[in-house]
Amino acid sequence: MLAALLAMSAIAIVLGAVLGYSAIKFRVEGNPLADKIDAVLPQTQCGQCGYPGCRPYADAIANGEADINLCPPGGEEGIQKLAELLGVEPKPFGSDAQPKPKSVAFIDENTCIGCTLCIQACPVDAISGAAKQMHTIIAAECTGCELCLPPCPVDCISMLPIEENVTNWKWKYPVFALRPSK
Amino acid sequence: MSALFKFNGGVHPPTHKAESTTTPIAVLPLPTRLVVPFRQHAGDAATPIVKPGDHVLKGQLIGEPQGFVSSAVHAPTSGFIESIGPHPVAHPSGLPDICAVLIPDGKETWIEKVAVDYRNTPVAELRDHLRISGIVGLGGATFPSDIKLRPLRGHSIQNIEVLILNGAECEPYITCDDMLMRERATEVVRGGEILRFMLGAGKVLIGIEDNKPEAIAAMRAAVAAGNLPFEVVSIPTLYPSGSAKQLIRVLTGREVPSGQLPTDIGVQCFNVATAYSVARCFEQGEPMLSRIVTVTGNVTQPRNYEVLLGTPIADLLAHSQPKTDTRGYLMGGPMMGTPLPSTDVPLVKASNCFIAISDALFPAPPATLPCIRCGRCAEACPADLQPMDLYWFARAKDFGKTQSYHLFDCIECGACAYVCPSHIPLVQYYRFAKSEIRAREQDKLAADRARERHEYREFRMEREKREKEEKLRAKERAAQAAKPATSDEAPTASDAAAEARRKIQDALAQAKAQSAEAQPRNTENLTPEQQADIAEIEARRARIRELAKSDVEAPKE
Repeated sequence: MLAALLAMSAIAIVLGAVLGYSAIKFRVEGNPLADKIDAVLPQTQCGQCGYPGCRPYADAIANGEADINLCPPGGEEGIQKLAELLGVEPKPFGSDAQPKPKSVAFIDENTCIGCTLCIQACPVDAISGAAKQMHTIIAAECTGCELCLPPCPVDCISMLPIEENVTNWKWKYPVFALRPSK
Repeated sequence: MSALFKFNGGVHPPTHKAESTTTPIAVLPLPTRLVVPFRQHAGDAATPIVKPGDHVLKGQLIGEPQGFVSSAVHAPTSGFIESIGPHPVAHPSGLPDICAVLIPDGKETWIEKVAVDYRNTPVAELRDHLRISGIVGLGGATFPSDIKLRPLRGHSIQNIEVLILNGAECEPYITCDDMLMRERATEVVRGGEILRFMLGAGKVLIGIEDNKPEAIAAMRAAVAAGNLPFEVVSIPTLYPSGSAKQLIRVLTGREVPSGQLPTDIGVQCFNVATAYSVARCFEQGEPMLSRIVTVTGNVTQPRNYEVLLGTPIADLLAHSQPKTDTRGYLMGGPMMGTPLPSTDVPLVKASNCFIAISDALFPAPPATLPCIRCGRCAEACPADLQPMDLYWFARAKDFGKTQSYHLFDCIECGACAYVCPSHIPLVQYYRFAKSEIRAREQDKLAADRARERHEYREFRMEREKREKEEKLRAKERAAQAAKPATSDEAPTASDAAAEARRKIQDALAQAKAQSAEAQPRNTENLTPEQQADIAEIEARRARIRELAKSDVEAPKE
């Protein structure tokens, strides 16, 4: 009887020690779920979700504080991916958060006064310029977040939808009638 | 004669090659206007280096390669650049692309042509020469040839054992390679020898389908005349044996593994027309300016033409006289070609064939029916895929699944759609899925870059804040350190203050003395009335001063 109790206790202690040691040794830094969510988000850093960037939104979703339908730049597909990742039902966008066509900002260089306010607002450093010098958008890096629009005192920034050209053109989904129409 | 191997599937569509091989290759007269696109190759468009109004010579470089996968573009004839800008091109989208419009001066003045002695030139220089000469694969993919001759993925180029020259030309209607081999076999073989030399390959196999006996005979004669250890292999006619991977399988029995390149198994493959261009490039010093193209289908005079790149298709078609019931044109063959958006577009390096379409030759396909999962497409697929599953996943937009079913091993040959009893346009689904997946990969890359930039910005702002705080703290520390110092040096400081005060007093005294010495000039030689006035004013001012003094000082007391 005593031997059995001692044996069981010894096993419990050893296993407990192993678990305790592994918890320290194999500790995962950060929140892996938030990382996965962040990987799905489009990284426009636009703040349309109400959080100051994609990473804070990912953290909020991971902590169960935010819904998955708050990211218009991600589109319906982004919701699908988040739903799949989190194992929940996809939800439609709210009426105030509808996806827009992908755009890049454009600075009208004749109007720009070189105030640097947009440079300070750009979350991805996609505007180059200096005080009292004309500013310009680095189109390849612009995420189309529109955060540079409100600070501009002379309204010289506009959003231009990305036009289809030979390099970004995609084959369309084939549409055909299953039966000839008469 | 080495033993031949087989690949799975394949189809036997009617070849329709006899129509366009009855007459020799014709050289098209100089058109009145050429439109030269800067993107005639796989990869990035060339950068224009000429301006509107410039006079260019035949063979002059007008577009420099930009990026790793890119190639050069040259003026196909001498003349003036009219404009540079977007122009409709032969692209399935019908969208315009950047082109140079060249008005020929009719003189055909060449640049100075420099032949290259390839045997005594480093291979790296030869590759650069191919790149700047705009040599790209003419089989249809227009992949820059210099990259195919480069050691990639850690392989040394010496690993290439077999060079294959692809003269299979398996697609129906197209005969441009056939006619090239018949008429210019010597140069094709010489080009093959240059490519063999650059790769250091030991063996050269020239694969030609057995429905081209004249081409096989001409090539064998050229090989014998050149006394080269090449082997011209007649392969069974079976679509798509002209696809690089399938031809490699047929000739060597080796299979290119999924996601790998032929060089990974020691084989490299070039089209015969590419070999011909390579020979012209090194022996004559001519960059790629023209190509041989088949015009066939619903035309009165089907034949092959040697045409300058940039020639408007309408000019070319006019020489073959399309019949009145023509309802459109295909660029490429009937299996893999795409409809031309208009005949206003220019001929490019990828244009191997133009087919006039009529209802009689190409009847509208019967209505599409649902997939019955008969599996005939899988039997026909030369890439050993399961087209019915790929179709299913592409239709459901389940792109992850299409990739796990190896969608990117699909060569879009169309054999599956050809045998499909339900007439489903399968290849369209695969193209759709492939371009969606590519777009997603691009988006993913852009998102990763944006994340990195955003994180760096946050880091930078944090760092700036920290630095500012540190500076502030350092200032405070300095101020604190300065305080006890002032009490220590108090006597000297007060000495300095006393010194300063004395200096100021001295200066004031000096100023007073000066003003006392200086007599105002307007006070001399005055009349008695004026002096009386002055005395009166002075008295008044003195009174006011007294009043002011008492007023100001009164509240003080």
